[in-house]
Amino acid sequence: MVRHKIVLHFPHEQVDKPIVSRLVRDFGLDFNILKASITPREEGLLVLEIIGKEKDYERGMAYIESCGVSIQPLSQDIRRNDAKCTHCGACIAVCPTDALRVDRDKMEVAFNDEECVACELCIKVCPPRAMEIHY
Amino acid sequence: MGKTIEEINERIKRGEAVVVTAEEVMDLVRKEGVEETARKVDVITTGTFGPMCSSGAFVNVGHAQPRMRISRAWLNDVPVFCGIAAVDVYIGATEMAEHDPLNEVFPGEFRYGGGHVIEDLVAGKTLRLRAESYGTDCYPNRHWEKDVTLAEIKEAWLFNPRNAYQNYNVAVNLSDRVIYTYMGVLRPELGNANYCSAGQLSPLLNDPLLRTIGIGTRIFLGGGTGYVAWHGTQHNTRVPRDGEGAPTRPAGTLSVIGDLRGMNPRYLTGYSILGYGASLAVGIGVPIPVLDEDVVRAAAVRDEDLKAPVVDYSVDYPQGTGRVLAEVTYAELKSGSIRLEGKDVPTASLSSYSRAREIASTLKEWISRRDFLLTRPVELLPCADREEGVE
Repeated sequence: MVRHKIVLHFPHEQVDKPIVSRLVRDFGLDFNILKASITPREEGLLVLEIIGKEKDYERGMAYIESCGVSIQPLSQDIRRNDAKCTHCGACIAVCPTDALRVDRDKMEVAFNDEECVACELCIKVCPPRAMEIHY
Repeated sequence: MGKTIEEINERIKRGEAVVVTAEEVMDLVRKEGVEETARKVDVITTGTFGPMCSSGAFVNVGHAQPRMRISRAWLNDVPVFCGIAAVDVYIGATEMAEHDPLNEVFPGEFRYGGGHVIEDLVAGKTLRLRAESYGTDCYPNRHWEKDVTLAEIKEAWLFNPRNAYQNYNVAVNLSDRVIYTYMGVLRPELGNANYCSAGQLSPLLNDPLLRTIGIGTRIFLGGGTGYVAWHGTQHNTRVPRDGEGAPTRPAGTLSVIGDLRGMNPRYLTGYSILGYGASLAVGIGVPIPVLDEDVVRAAAVRDEDLKAPVVDYSVDYPQGTGRVLAEVTYAELKSGSIRLEGKDVPTASLSSYSRAREIASTLKEWISRRDFLLTRPVELLPCADREEGVE
């Protein structure tokens, strides 16, 4: 089994077609939508986490590319600026996964980026703005 | 047996004083009892670090040539109060940079405000001063711009009207939409509960009847040294109390003052609170002299024994109804989840307990190293329940 986070860019003419759904139906892949948006110029952006067999993943991606959709690995990365974090814990209230959690002994906030789904909710909620997006 | 502050100071000067933090005193009392702890220990140190909106700094920027009576001024585009003498200004922690969109695009980000100006100043950064005036015979200058740093300006004092709240609300949201408050983001239908106190380490919760803290008490302030100037605004001591006298509602507050020089941005940090505004997180540590056994008994209080009121911030707080939904202990809050109306509600804090610990330990170290002597308060702070006697 493999697990990949990818960014798909849909050209204007493909935005209204059901492409991603075929990953499940025809290629046996599971996906989790991390982010989806359509720009004012009607190009689509979809950030997915894809889970499945390596072989199915490769075939699925070949299909996606054949539809004119470009694929990038998720290079957007959420990082914590440790010098800025005051370990208050305001981020805990919004983090949908366990990426941000409190170590109850130290009463410090621990950040586990493997659990992070890049939802970006913590970015603006952090009072000293210690959570950063890197492209 | 009692001790005086003078006797404790003599022991500090000789390097013999026994100093423990408010966390350590709990275990000491458990092991050795109140009497023995009171005999052994001289000072108990406390700490807190959290957003304290009622904060700011007086700055004298020095005179321009020709002279100017500043009537409007900005530091890094943040307006500062100029309604005092010629070149004295006050930087308010929650003042926003001019042209900040505030909440026009909701929820506003409030990226740079007075709290950030104070942090930058303390960090030694260069700030841009812009000043205007109408001009007078004695102060003819009308426009002035220059770079300022903490090293170059004449005086810079942190002077906070209300800090170190003795206990605080736990904020929840009973409505069906997300709300953005000074207590952080509150998800609908009891999605989370946010609190803001160091609990068992918090200065005023360790001296609940304010028997030792008063005007002139020397404290750890923002990483440097400061003093209690007065009781803070909204200081309220007629509140329900529990156990050793700890209030179960927001109660006493401190007004504090100290030289910005010598402070550290680690303990004086600009905050941006989504949808609410800018603020300043302030680190405060108050030493409690062990005058008698009652001081120890009160300071040995634990999170399990300290209760905070749960308040709805969708209707009850904004409308000022005064309704309290429940009381929960700080031990429950710090476990990560509280039980409310049959639901497990995750908790989050705006006050940094790890930094509060750091402050209490730092103050302990200063005193043990003989770098910090206690002061005898000129006058104790008002406290109805102390003056009239509780129970």
